[in-house]
Amino acid sequence: MSDILSKAQVEQVRERAARPWLSPLNKRRWENFKANRRGYWSLWIFLILFVLSMFAEFIANDKPIIASYNGEILFPVVVDYPEEKFGGFLAVTDYRDPVISDEIEANGWMIWPPIRYSYRTVNNEIPVAAPAAPSWMYDRETRCQRYFEGANDPECRMGNWNWLGTDDQARDVAARVIYGFRISVLFGLILTAASAVIGVSAGAVQGYFGGWTDLIFQRVIEIWSSIPVLYLILIIAAILPPGFFILLGIMLLFSWVAFVGVVRAEFLRARNFEYVNAARALGVGNATIMFRHLLPNAMVATLTFLPFILNGSITTLTSLDFLGFGLPPGSASLGELLRQGQRNLNAPWLGIVGFLSLSIMLSLLIFVGEAVRDAFDPRKTFK
Amino acid sequence: MSGTLLSVQDLSVAFTQGGREQVAVDHISFDIAEGETLALVGESGSGKSVSALSVLKLLPYPAASHPSGRIVFGGQDLLGLGEKSLRKVRGDDITMIFQEPMTSLNPLHTIERQIGEILRLHRGMGDKQARVRTLELLNEVGIREPEKRLGAFPHQLSGGQRQRVMIAMALANEPKLLIADEPTTALDVTVQAQILELLAELKTRNKMSMLFITHDLGIVRRIADRVCVMTKGKIVEEGATAEVFANPKHEYTRHLLAAEPKGEPPAADETAPIVMKGEDVKVWFPIKEGFFRKTVDHVKAVDGIDVTVRAGQTLGVVGESGSGKTTLGLALSRMISSQGRIMLGDREINDFSFRQMKPLRREMQIVFQDPFGSLSPRMSVSEIIEEGLRIHQPKLNDDERDRLVVDVLNEVGLDPATRFRYPHEFSGGQRQRIAIARAMVVNPRFVMLDEPTSALDMSVQAQVVDLLRDLQKAHQLAYLFISHDLKVVRALANDVIVMRNGKVVEYGPSRQIFENPQTDYTKALIAAAFDIATAPKGVVSE
Repeated sequence: MSDILSKAQVEQVRERAARPWLSPLNKRRWENFKANRRGYWSLWIFLILFVLSMFAEFIANDKPIIASYNGEILFPVVVDYPEEKFGGFLAVTDYRDPVISDEIEANGWMIWPPIRYSYRTVNNEIPVAAPAAPSWMYDRETRCQRYFEGANDPECRMGNWNWLGTDDQARDVAARVIYGFRISVLFGLILTAASAVIGVSAGAVQGYFGGWTDLIFQRVIEIWSSIPVLYLILIIAAILPPGFFILLGIMLLFSWVAFVGVVRAEFLRARNFEYVNAARALGVGNATIMFRHLLPNAMVATLTFLPFILNGSITTLTSLDFLGFGLPPGSASLGELLRQGQRNLNAPWLGIVGFLSLSIMLSLLIFVGEAVRDAFDPRKTFK
Repeated sequence: MSGTLLSVQDLSVAFTQGGREQVAVDHISFDIAEGETLALVGESGSGKSVSALSVLKLLPYPAASHPSGRIVFGGQDLLGLGEKSLRKVRGDDITMIFQEPMTSLNPLHTIERQIGEILRLHRGMGDKQARVRTLELLNEVGIREPEKRLGAFPHQLSGGQRQRVMIAMALANEPKLLIADEPTTALDVTVQAQILELLAELKTRNKMSMLFITHDLGIVRRIADRVCVMTKGKIVEEGATAEVFANPKHEYTRHLLAAEPKGEPPAADETAPIVMKGEDVKVWFPIKEGFFRKTVDHVKAVDGIDVTVRAGQTLGVVGESGSGKTTLGLALSRMISSQGRIMLGDREINDFSFRQMKPLRREMQIVFQDPFGSLSPRMSVSEIIEEGLRIHQPKLNDDERDRLVVDVLNEVGLDPATRFRYPHEFSGGQRQRIAIARAMVVNPRFVMLDEPTSALDMSVQAQVVDLLRDLQKAHQLAYLFISHDLKVVRALANDVIVMRNGKVVEYGPSRQIFENPQTDYTKALIAAAFDIATAPKGVVSE
């Protein structure tokens, strides 16, 4: 035990041991997270895929990223230029139209994304009737047969390949997977975050106050969660036009319930702990006690559920799309891709791509979630 | 002396965690003769429990391992035995009783089933036979009306009765060796004396040996024939109990023997300003029955008590568990609702709401019993201490707050450089210092200390008592000191209330109460605390 220091010594110690920017606890969590190699690598792969898919418009699009026309620099990706600018008459320019692209190339240049299809672009030059197999499965002759000048046509280039084939409406599968991945992950993340906020708050209030609050809330939740969600969505889909946010809203109405149980249990357990009483004795208010003292304890339980809820919401969206009750027709969605795979067994690339993209995405998320959970678990030690 | 029953030779225990190996027990040897009681004494972390657990191989293998050693019992090395042959030894030849009787009994099994299970398992008894033997055992361990207790569940018994049931279970198969791992630490002093008396009696009657693990030298002196003093995984001194106590050779033993809380409480001063005053304080919990939850009766936890605590002075509240002493403290601190007048200084606060209390909280603080439970494990020491400052002095900036935290840590004798660590990195005594710092940082006038030393080792207790006394002197604090440990109370309190069943049994200056107790109850408490002697039946609870 150290002896009592003088004022000057205290000040010296204070200066020397300043607050570290990352608390030791968080540092240890990060170390623990990194110690889980699978989760760590999954996080990086997922982050790269996610960031890339956020810029889907710059990777797979039917418009050039930058174009120069008559000395003017244009950004077709972000700005919709009317076609009359290039001598056409449509309201929106179709840059894939040979007339327009020749016109621009003649008076300037264009930089295209690596894949020259958006998720809804129909490829009119596929060699066989849709769905067409991936372009690299054909030789150059076959691949280019529908182009104006056949195998010699300059447009029959890599940028116009369908790397993963096309679906039955001649849309590029690669582009649809990229956009579909983005919409699925965003849907999952938003839904999970929103339901975690609602569910954790509801569970916290019930567990902390207990008594009648808890009793009434619990009964309401029991009734609420006995509503069959799928049928409700089917009914609502018949009334409202289904869209991203309507689906999100409906599913949010029910998905938050999953968090309530665990968080409530943690709060019920922890609210009588001595350190909570100690905080009360200091005059700390209820909200602060819940937020600062109890929530960190409930976090492990919440994080255990988080990856499953996240994956659950992605799969629900996919299955709704598969059934045709999900996102509006034409949207890029992995569920719709799976449905096409099921309907076109002669085109196995549809099913295989759909399966692979879904399973890889879900596995990555589970691995990351698992590692995060372990990192937050104070009892877990790694060898 | 008869032959050797158990011989531990050159035993080491190591724990592997995170790739690092930590030696908990370092080449220790001791023998237990037949019919002998050997005590292993040491502070927490000395490796005494680990040594005892390795006798029955109850450690968490493979995280734990034995780099060296033999444990010879009945001609065979227990460490080398397989799980199956070991099970024959466990619960039959060697049995064990643990510290916490609540958690070592299965809460879902009746007493009959708990004890009967062992009899069926090891003796192959039928239900009827087992029942007869169970009754016999319960009788033997001093449970009155055992027929009525057969169907009881652990939570329906008191702590002392639970420990008696544990002992009955341990005795069921007439073991040759009983290992008792701090069997009385969780019990009241009065009950502790009863249990120790029972153990000594049973030992002679059944002619068994006992390995007794404790940190309390008073118990050792009373119960053990020989004693081994352990520190940091090593046995530093071994010998006959009387010899060790009369003539300690090792420095550590002397340190342990000298570690009782000492010092004089502050002199009583009738003129000091009254900080906290309670008049006719009552806390009644209603007992509700029937469909309409009508209140039929009350549990009178605190039943009309007057207290006065003056600045710079300490009022000790003593009594057995369940006597209402903590409830009284919580009521005075307005943590639970109560009836009767409570005055903080010259303000009457018994009708204040939570919001009205908030500004007053800085004047009255609490230090809790369990230094492990009272600090949030997810907050750093600095965050824990500055919480009160954030509420009561919200205008401070980060730097000023940090300065106050550093000052208070220094004052309670902790290194301010450690303030960004987390509670689990500190020992029990250091944690209690953190808890004290949390209370002190807001500059209170009244502090309620709810058994602040009970969970600590003896030598640490003495340090904490000294710290509390210094702080009191420096800040003229008024303490309400709640404890069942009369040794600590004597060192700290100048006035004492003796409580039983929510009522005051005796109230007066501490010297008068300790030197000339008026009631049998107080006498029994004092005898149990200082001499570990039992009282006649009916004076104290069981």
